[in-house]
Amino acid sequence: MAIIEARSLSKTYGDTVALQGVDLSVGEGRIVGLLGANGAGKTTALHALLGLVEYEGELSVLGRDPWSHREALMQDVCFIADVAVLPRWLRVSQALDYMEGVHPRFDRAKAEGFLGKTAIRTKARVRELSKGMVTQLHLALIMAIDARLLVLDEPTLGLDLLYRKQFYDALINDYVDHTRTIVVSTHDLHEVQHILTDVVLLDRGRVALNCTMEELEARYLEVLVAPDKLAAARGLGPISERPIFGRTAVMFDGVERKRLEALGEVRTPHLSDLFVALMAGRYAGPEASLNGEAAA
Amino acid sequence: MTDDLDMPREAAPARAVSPLKAFFWLVRRELWEHPSAWIAPLAVAGFAVFTHFISAVTISAAERQAVLAATSSAKFMVPYSAAIGTIIILGLVVGALYSLDALQGERRDRSILFWKSLPVSDLLTVLSKAFIPIVVIPASILILAIAANLLMAPLQSLVWLAQGYDPAELWGRLDLPYLWGALAMGIPFIALWYAPFYAWFLLAAAWARRAPILWAMAPFVPILMVEHLVLHNTPSHWALERRLAGGILEPYTVPNTGEKVVWIDHAGQFDWGRVYSLPDLWVGVAMAALFLFIASRLRRSRPPL
Repeated sequence: MAIIEARSLSKTYGDTVALQGVDLSVGEGRIVGLLGANGAGKTTALHALLGLVEYEGELSVLGRDPWSHREALMQDVCFIADVAVLPRWLRVSQALDYMEGVHPRFDRAKAEGFLGKTAIRTKARVRELSKGMVTQLHLALIMAIDARLLVLDEPTLGLDLLYRKQFYDALINDYVDHTRTIVVSTHDLHEVQHILTDVVLLDRGRVALNCTMEELEARYLEVLVAPDKLAAARGLGPISERPIFGRTAVMFDGVERKRLEALGEVRTPHLSDLFVALMAGRYAGPEASLNGEAAA
Repeated sequence: MTDDLDMPREAAPARAVSPLKAFFWLVRRELWEHPSAWIAPLAVAGFAVFTHFISAVTISAAERQAVLAATSSAKFMVPYSAAIGTIIILGLVVGALYSLDALQGERRDRSILFWKSLPVSDLLTVLSKAFIPIVVIPASILILAIAANLLMAPLQSLVWLAQGYDPAELWGRLDLPYLWGALAMGIPFIALWYAPFYAWFLLAAAWARRAPILWAMAPFVPILMVEHLVLHNTPSHWALERRLAGGILEPYTVPNTGEKVVWIDHAGQFDWGRVYSLPDLWVGVAMAALFLFIASRLRRSRPPL
């Protein structure tokens, strides 16, 4: 069963087009990375999934229309929509009390267990916690909900490396179980690359790329090319190149591995390098080309 | 995207959360965020007791004689009813300030994104916020005003004893049951009478990006200007004035005395039936319900600030 099903999802704010005919289908247990430059429509797309904004087109999350059934949907969906949205006056104990009071799937003992691994005291108010601790608290609250879909929108924005790593470690160790579906939008591609099963790239409100990690790895390859073979590499139509220690990392889209192996060491590109390559506009008309070739 | 993990996820059976239980936690949540809803009336009640005690201690012998010589009990009652009145007025102000902030504050600090991640409807949330000025604050006014009176009387008696006067004189003339009866009759009326104001303020705060008080007043300014400057007839002005003053005048004055305002002064004048069957009261309640419904629709669609 598809957890998320979107057809021609569109959203405009005045004259600004945030989403333009987005089609998307996310199956159960998938961990989808929603990527895109700032202003690409990631937050709007996630807010549409969560029933926070009205939209045009068809959208079904767990079989429900999020805009008209947000309340019911939130029994099975949990989300962190932004960093630091926990109110500053709230005490940790009050957050636990409240969640336990209103959420039928909140497991208080579980949340307390997660908090026990942090330096957060239950009597503390949110305003007394560091930004990293507030995010830890929010994650502990969210992970204690037995939800079917978790949506994270830039959950670690502005956190230092250590907190970012802890955040994703906690998520992987205590939450990911191959039945829960996760949609995460983030720029911390290093931290999430190895947990993603799918990647969706948004560009100016459209889906520019939508594929599984396996498809991505089969399609995009990076070769470390020595200077003498650079001309030959360029002849195969790379989508990007960047110098690394006297050699050049050249990235290809859809070129056979065997042909590339003659040029140098072939490897799977890192998601962040791929992101830069796709977004840097080295393709003439990246939007059109990417759309045409998107593997669905 | 493929769906290679085809096993359906068995979610644990959820505990049931009744709307009533959720509402209880929503109201508690409001009181955590806005403790002033009960602390401010409490502080004023404490201050009333304190000033009454000080004035009982420092009153001059001549003034004391004048009070004792008075034939009516009104002079004994003044500090007690003044304490009640002050607590009521402060409660109304606290309720108005709360209403102007409640639905904007959560958008301002973006915490609305957290609250909306939980399975609680916008309507229930808005109702819980309206519950504070319309039920919680009036209830705390009632309790605190009676508690203040209950502290004032024994303290005054002690002072009288210490100064060699007979407290029986005081108790004989102090009609506290009348004051409390008036309070019990008036408080629910006041709460319902002013409910459309609170609901309107909540609506303005749900709408406005900033300065909800200006948005709340905005529709009235052109209407009143046109009435005064163009029409030379001011029905809206009078309606507004009647609404503002009516919460106190309707339950506590004798009706049909023309221009002259005659305050009630004994329990025989309580007229529950008339007061609670005033059509204006229930028209106001219906307006409040409409405003709250609109506020809940706005909360659904308005983004954080």
